[in-house]
Amino acid sequence: MDKDSEGSTIDTTLNFEAADSVTSRRSDDVRPMMGNEAMARGAWEAGVQVGAAYPGTPSTEIMEFLSAYPEADVRAQWATNEKVALDVAIGASFAGARALSVMKHVGLNVASDSLMSQTYIGVNGGLVLIVCDDPGIHSSQNEQDTRLYARLAMVPCLEPSDAQEALEFTRLAFTISEEFDTPVLVRSTTRLSHTRSLVEVGERSDIEPTGFKENPHKNVMIPSNARTQHPRLIEREEKLKTYFENSELTKWEKGDKDVGIVTLSTSYVYVKEVLPDASILKLGSSWPLPSNIISEFSRSVKRLIVVEELEPIVEREILSMGIKAEGKAFFPRVGEFSPEVIRDGLETAGILQKQKNKLNIDITPTVRPPVLCAGCPHTSSYMAVKSLDARVAGDIGCYTLAAVEPLQAIDTCVAMGSSIAVATGMAKAGTETKPIIATIGDSTFLHSGIPPLIDAVYNDVNITVILLDNHTTAMTGGQDHAATGRSLRGDETHRVDFEQIVNACGVDWVRIADSYDLANMYQTFREAVEFKGVSVVISDRPCVLDPVKIRGETLVVNQSNCVACQACMNLGCPSLVWSDEMYDGHHKVKIDAETCIGCALCAQLCCTDSISALPKSK
Amino acid sequence: MNKQEKPNSITNVLIVGVGGQGVIMVSKVLARLCQRHGFDVKQSEVHGMAKRGGVVFSHVRFGEKIWSPTVSEGNADVLLALEWAEALRWLHYLKPKTGTFIADTQHIVPPFACLKRHRGAEQRYAQETPEEIVSQVAKGYALDATGIATELGNFRVSNTVLLGTLSTALAFDEADWRDTLAELVPPKTIDTNLEAFQKGRDWVEEVKKTPKKEKNTKKPNKIAPYQQQVKIQNDIQQDLIPVITAAWCKGCDICVKMCPERCLKLNTKEVVELVEPERCTGCRICEWLCPDFAIDVVKVPTPLNEEASKSKPASLPETV
Repeated sequence: MDKDSEGSTIDTTLNFEAADSVTSRRSDDVRPMMGNEAMARGAWEAGVQVGAAYPGTPSTEIMEFLSAYPEADVRAQWATNEKVALDVAIGASFAGARALSVMKHVGLNVASDSLMSQTYIGVNGGLVLIVCDDPGIHSSQNEQDTRLYARLAMVPCLEPSDAQEALEFTRLAFTISEEFDTPVLVRSTTRLSHTRSLVEVGERSDIEPTGFKENPHKNVMIPSNARTQHPRLIEREEKLKTYFENSELTKWEKGDKDVGIVTLSTSYVYVKEVLPDASILKLGSSWPLPSNIISEFSRSVKRLIVVEELEPIVEREILSMGIKAEGKAFFPRVGEFSPEVIRDGLETAGILQKQKNKLNIDITPTVRPPVLCAGCPHTSSYMAVKSLDARVAGDIGCYTLAAVEPLQAIDTCVAMGSSIAVATGMAKAGTETKPIIATIGDSTFLHSGIPPLIDAVYNDVNITVILLDNHTTAMTGGQDHAATGRSLRGDETHRVDFEQIVNACGVDWVRIADSYDLANMYQTFREAVEFKGVSVVISDRPCVLDPVKIRGETLVVNQSNCVACQACMNLGCPSLVWSDEMYDGHHKVKIDAETCIGCALCAQLCCTDSISALPKSK
Repeated sequence: MNKQEKPNSITNVLIVGVGGQGVIMVSKVLARLCQRHGFDVKQSEVHGMAKRGGVVFSHVRFGEKIWSPTVSEGNADVLLALEWAEALRWLHYLKPKTGTFIADTQHIVPPFACLKRHRGAEQRYAQETPEEIVSQVAKGYALDATGIATELGNFRVSNTVLLGTLSTALAFDEADWRDTLAELVPPKTIDTNLEAFQKGRDWVEEVKKTPKKEKNTKKPNKIAPYQQQVKIQNDIQQDLIPVITAAWCKGCDICVKMCPERCLKLNTKEVVELVEPERCTGCRICEWLCPDFAIDVVKVPTPLNEEASKSKPASLPETV
C-alpha cells in the first residue's frame, strides 16, 4: 500500500499481517504482567521508537516499563503535559517512526486539541495513544468515558479485556494505524492496568523508519486542505467497519441462544465469570462498530443485552441500527463494574436467580481515608494558609488531600493547572473580602500553571500563589519532571529554576520559604498576602518518599508536660494519635515511633514544649 | 496441589491492609507460587492512594482458567488481613460456610479516628474484638503478627508471619512456599523472612494443639459503641469556655490564627471575641499562646440533659 498518496486511495483488501500478529505468540515465554507492563511490551514488540507521557494514575507505569527497554530501541520520555506528549509522538510519526503517547483519561482533555487535527492528517509511522480510564474514580477528578473521544475524533478505540489482550491489541494498534492512516486509541481502565496475569510474550519486530514524507496537502492543516481531508475520515470509518467485521478482534462465542451478550473490555471477563454459558459477541473496538456481525448475532439469540462500563455507547449505536437491545436499564452508568454488579444487573433482567451468600455480621467500618504522609512538607504550607483565613483555589496533586479534615484549607479544586486562573477569576469577580490564594504543586505548575500566572500578572490581579515545590511528581509515585534535573531514564538534564520562571512571568514579589520552618512560613505568607499584586511563595522541601525516603530523629511527647490541647494534631500528621492518658477530659497525644520522620513541625506548634527528639540510647 | 489434583475449582484469596504494610508483597509471593504450579492466576490491586496511609487490597484468584480479576463478596476462600480494622472492613467478602479468616490483631489507628477535640471525645475505631469475630466465621485465626515480628527484631516482617499462617490454609508444599518467598524478598532479609514465615506456621500448630473451646454459637453481646466514652462524658458536667479580659488584649490575633476551631475573631475595636462558642472545645490553645494573659479558659457547669447541652453555652460568662 502506498501511504504516500492521499488517504482516499487506501487499500481495503484486508489480507495484511495484522491477523497473524494476534496469534504469533511464543508460548514458551509466559510471564506474570500487569496490564500496564503488557501494553508497554506490546508497543515495544511492535517496534515503537518514540514514547512520551505525562504521569497519571492508572497509566503511569506504562512509560516507566517502556523506558526499561534499551534506548537504542525506544526513546521514552516524560513530557511536561499530555498535549506535549502527544505532539512529541505526532512529530515522531511525521518523521516515519512508530510512536506512542500515554495518558490518563483527563489527560486526553489536554491533548485532545492535537488529536482532533491529527485525525485529519493521519499518520506516517504508526501513531498509538494509550488512554487509561478510571471508572469508580479511584484516583481522579471524574470518570469520563474516553470512548466518546474516539467517536469525536473518528479513530478506532481498541479495548482489551486482560493483560494478554493488552499486549496484543497494543501491538496490533500500530499496524491498524499505518494500514488505515489513522491515529489509534487503546483504552485501558484502572482494573486492567493494575491487574497482574499471565502473558505470553513475543519478539520485537524490526521496523525500519521510513523518514519524513513531504506532502503539504496532507500534513499542513489549513482550511483548504482540511476540507478535502474531512470526507476521507468518513470513508476511513467505512473501511474500519469492514475490517472489524472480519477481524479476529471481534469474537463470536456460541452458547445459550436465550441470551446474547454484546460486550467488550473488562466487562467481558465479568460476563464470562457470571454467565459462562451465554452466547457472547466480544467486540475488540468500540468504534466503529461492525454492524453486519452485530445484526447477525442479534438474530441468533432471543434477547440481546449490552454490557459496557460507563456510557451506553455501544448500546445506543446498536439501537440506532434498529436492533432491539437492552443494557443500561440493568447496569449502572456510573462506577466500576465487578462480578457483583453484573450479577445484580442480570438478576434484575430476570436472567439469573437471586443469590444470598454473605456473612451476616454487622460492622461499622473504620473510616480510613488517604492522608498526607508523616513529615509531608505540604502540611506546614496549609497550616500557614489556614491562618490567613483566605479563599483558597487548590489544584491537583497530593496536596488536594488538604481539603479534608483536619486541614480543610482548600475551597476549590478543578483540573490540572486551574488554580491560578480560578484565583484570578475570583479576584476579578470582586465579591471576595478574604485574601485570595492559589496553591499549586511543582509538576502541576510546569504542566499548565505558567500561562495562567502570566495571565494573572498581565491582568493585574491581587492574588498570592503558593508554589508547593516538593521536587517530584509525588501523587503518581515520584516521577521526575523538568525541575528535578533528571530524565525518565535517570540521566542528568537541565533543571528548571522556578524563581527565574516566575520572575520572567513578570512577578515582582517572590520568596522561597523552607516548609519545615513554620514561623517563617506564617510570616512569609502574611507578607505575600499583604503585597498588592501577584505574589509568589515557593515552599521548598523535598517529598519525604521520593526520590529518597527521608528519615530523621524520631520525636516523642513528654506525657507529663502535654496539656492535651492537640494543637499539633491540626497538622493531620498520621504519626500523631491519642495516647491513653488524659488531661482535663481531653486526650493527650503520642507519636508513633515507626512512622515519625522527625520533621519537627509538631514540636514547633506545641504550646508547652512537650515534643522533643527521643533520647539516644547509648 | 497442582492442576491435575484440582481440575475445575477456583481459589479466591483476598489480602488487605494499610498502605506500607506489604500487602502487595504477600500477594506477589502467592501469585508466583500459583504460577509455578501451573495455575492460571490473576492478581488485582488498586494503586494511587495506597502510599498515603489509605486502604490497600489485593485480590488473588487461581485455578484452571480465571476470568474476573476480582473476588466477589461472599466468595473469598481466605481473607488475610494485616490490620484489625481492615479485617473487619472486608469481612463480608469471606465465604460464610467455609472461608478461612486470618488477621493481625494490631491496630493502626488512622488520624481520622482522633479528630474530635471536645472533652471525652471517642476514638472512631472498630469496636469488635478478635474473639467475637473468630467465633462467627467458619475458620478463624487472629494473631498478634506484629508482636511476633517485633520479637524477631523487625516489625515489618509481620506480613511474612501472616504468610506463614496463610500457608497452612492452602495446599502447597511448605518447601515451595519457602523457595518462592526467598526468591522475592531482598537477599539481605531472606533469613528474617524465613524465620517469620516459620513463626506464622508454628502459631497455627500451637492453636491446633490447645483444646478447642466450645464454639460460641450465640452471638455475643456487642459492646455498645462508645459506651465507655459516653460514661466519661456524663462524668464531665462542666464545659470549658475562654473568658477574655478585653483591657489586656492588644489585638495581636495570635489566638485567632491558631484557634483550630476558628471560633475567635477580632472585633472592630481590634479586641478578640468568642464568636462561635458552640464550636469551642476548650482546648486551651488560646490561653497558652496569649502573650498578654488576656484569655482564661474557665469551667462552667453543663446541663446533664442532652437536649439542653445542644443549645450550649447555658451560661456563658460575660466578657470582662
